[in-house]
Amino acid sequence: MTKIKSIIELKETISQQIKLRNENNKTVLTVSAGTCGRARGSLKVIESLEKIIKEKKLEGKIQVKNTGCHGFCEAEPNIIIQPQNIFYQHVQPKDAESIITETALNNKIIDKLIYSDPVTGQKMPKESDISFYAKQERIVMGDNALIDPTDINDYFAIRGYNSLSTVLKSMNPEDVIETIIASGIRGRGGAGFPTGSKWKFARNAKGDIKYIICNADEGDPGAYMDRSLMEGNPHRVLEGMIIGAYAIGATEGYIYVRMEYPLALKNITIALEQARKLGLLGDAILGSEFNFDINVFKGAGSFVSGEETSLMASIEGRRAQPRQRPPFPAQSGLWGKPTNINNVETWGNIPIIIEKGSDWFAGIGTESSKGTKIFSLVGKIKNTGLVEVPMGITLREIIYDIGGGIPDDKEFKAVQTGGPSGGCIPKEKLDLPVDYKSLSEAGSIMGSGGMIVMDEDTCMVDVARYFLQFTQEESCGKCVPCRIGTRQMVEILSRITKGEGKESDIKKLEELAKTIKSGSLCGLGQTSPNPVLTTLLYFRKEYEDHINNKSCKALACKDLICYYIEPEKCIGCLLCKKSCPVDAIWGKRKEVHVIDHKLCIKCGACFDVCPPKVSAISKYTGKKKEKILKKDSAGKVDK
Amino acid sequence: MQKILAEFGNSQKELIHVLHRVQAKFGYIPPEAISEISRHLKITESEICGVLTFYSAFSLEPRGKHTVTVCMGTACHVRGGPKVLEEFERRLEIEAGNTTQDKQFTLETVACLGCCAIGPVVVVDDDYNAQATISKVEQILEKYKKEKKNDQD
Repeated sequence: MTKIKSIIELKETISQQIKLRNENNKTVLTVSAGTCGRARGSLKVIESLEKIIKEKKLEGKIQVKNTGCHGFCEAEPNIIIQPQNIFYQHVQPKDAESIITETALNNKIIDKLIYSDPVTGQKMPKESDISFYAKQERIVMGDNALIDPTDINDYFAIRGYNSLSTVLKSMNPEDVIETIIASGIRGRGGAGFPTGSKWKFARNAKGDIKYIICNADEGDPGAYMDRSLMEGNPHRVLEGMIIGAYAIGATEGYIYVRMEYPLALKNITIALEQARKLGLLGDAILGSEFNFDINVFKGAGSFVSGEETSLMASIEGRRAQPRQRPPFPAQSGLWGKPTNINNVETWGNIPIIIEKGSDWFAGIGTESSKGTKIFSLVGKIKNTGLVEVPMGITLREIIYDIGGGIPDDKEFKAVQTGGPSGGCIPKEKLDLPVDYKSLSEAGSIMGSGGMIVMDEDTCMVDVARYFLQFTQEESCGKCVPCRIGTRQMVEILSRITKGEGKESDIKKLEELAKTIKSGSLCGLGQTSPNPVLTTLLYFRKEYEDHINNKSCKALACKDLICYYIEPEKCIGCLLCKKSCPVDAIWGKRKEVHVIDHKLCIKCGACFDVCPPKVSAISKYTGKKKEKILKKDSAGKVDK
Repeated sequence: MQKILAEFGNSQKELIHVLHRVQAKFGYIPPEAISEISRHLKITESEICGVLTFYSAFSLEPRGKHTVTVCMGTACHVRGGPKVLEEFERRLEIEAGNTTQDKQFTLETVACLGCCAIGPVVVVDDDYNAQATISKVEQILEKYKKEKKNDQD
């Protein structure tokens, strides 16, 4: 790798790589190999494909490309075969031979690897036909499927770093900031502050040294778009940061990556080394007077470090505890110097805005929310994955048209957005447009983009307890209302889920929520009661049912349910008995089995293994549960 | 220890990097390392303890040969992650956050691994197990117990 010394040389490098890509006559097998793909065996698939290519001496004809996540996690490991645009899902190493001999060499489609639509059942061999992708607008995520994230030349081949060359050649820092302001982009990390204005504050702040930070401490449980972007297209994030540093006048940058993301850390580090070697980072970038370099900071496992002032404390080598604002980081940030912090996805949008213009970007989305947003569509949903959609799309379109609806014919109950700071949105609000304003009016927030779908089996009191327990554990302890208040709320909620709730509990929860909201310094505390408040708003009856009737309609709260083998359905197959980890099931082959409720730990193993055709195991709650327990304890059963 | 410290500068900003390095090298932060770090970075031992106990990455006690991490993210939660954790606790006879007596396994939870599509997720050392269920728990542990047996043979 030789250093690129000027903007002209960079332009030439980009054109050359684009030309090489266009002239490539090979069939390309693109394998999705982000963390999820690898967990499902995509690296073994790559190994098998490469082995067969070598054995058959097909190196000149077929090429395997190891890419980051394509977003369609449900179908992992998946392969896209180019130029035919054929999409194969759930590929196993043993499929490698036929993929090469049949499809890559002879254009024959392998039926069993084709995706079929979960709604219509229609087979869809081409990636472009798949309903999961149809309503998406993948301006940030889309390139993940085109490039090897560890090869900078691949990034050049998709016009990578062209925006940087445009900026350095023909824009002064103020022009860049005006473009970003005009685009209307708002922060993708949670708070949704206008990015351009933030840059302007940092630009105008007085200081000899200025810093920029990429917040890659993606802590919201259920959100992983930043991981995917860093793993799959790290240079786009770097390019955004370099442009930002130029606009703000920063000389040093940090990427704060959470330690739970080893592959993202690895790929970002590789990308940094490449950019440095080529002179895209360092002193006198591309022969200009602009000096800038980036450090990677590996987090140490703390949720609150995603809050900007905590994150800076962490980089300084201290406990990640937030502080009072003002002063805002733009005035006094890292080591007291003006600092600008943006989230990974925000940085990833910058090169696109420069490349395509602010008008183009502002044309996507709604009046108050511009561009696209990546959501992680997870939980009880058929097509799990990362979806990038224009702002303003409705929840219904995301969940049903893209996500394919709820699995196993279950009923949709709620969707949780915004992580521990967000809320649960019920069925009645499915036609809500997804933008900053509408979500906050519904009591939730956009947050970083987690979208967890819940069905009839999810208990909303349990979900509220889950989130409160999370924030309680992650509270840094600085503000008393957050530290002690969240603990009180968890205790009350736990009591309710155990069937020990009191009538006064709901009122107490509301009072505590109010105090915590007004008495906490940072976003963690201020928003921590939201999951309780939204579930109380939309699902109050579930709370009342738990308290008054000791009943959990979702059959999820362990202490409020019992498992029961229906005698008329049980065929005595022994499956449940064998699966029981505590030997709480009695019965001989071909005889009706019985659960010993005194021994049962309610793990649900029996429920899961009972064949669907038989489905002899039921769960009961409330009065029916009491009746069964009474009946079973009266009768004696032979062991 | 001195060799490790020589890789780093002498200011507080190095502290978390140093702790990561020591944790990786020894599997925990030995008490005697704290005073050496304190001298090298010119900050008090109490400051170091404050930082290292704040972050979940660092431990003051040695960990087991294998670390079992069960994801407690929201997506894993709604798909049964807590049940999987309970089964690990039951089989290993320890609560999350602890190490088995034979020092084979440390059981931990993590807020979210960001692999929500394949939850519940269990990671043993660097090995990701997708869609874990209670019945898979034994299988997962068996694999590592066998290794122990083979080592002894």
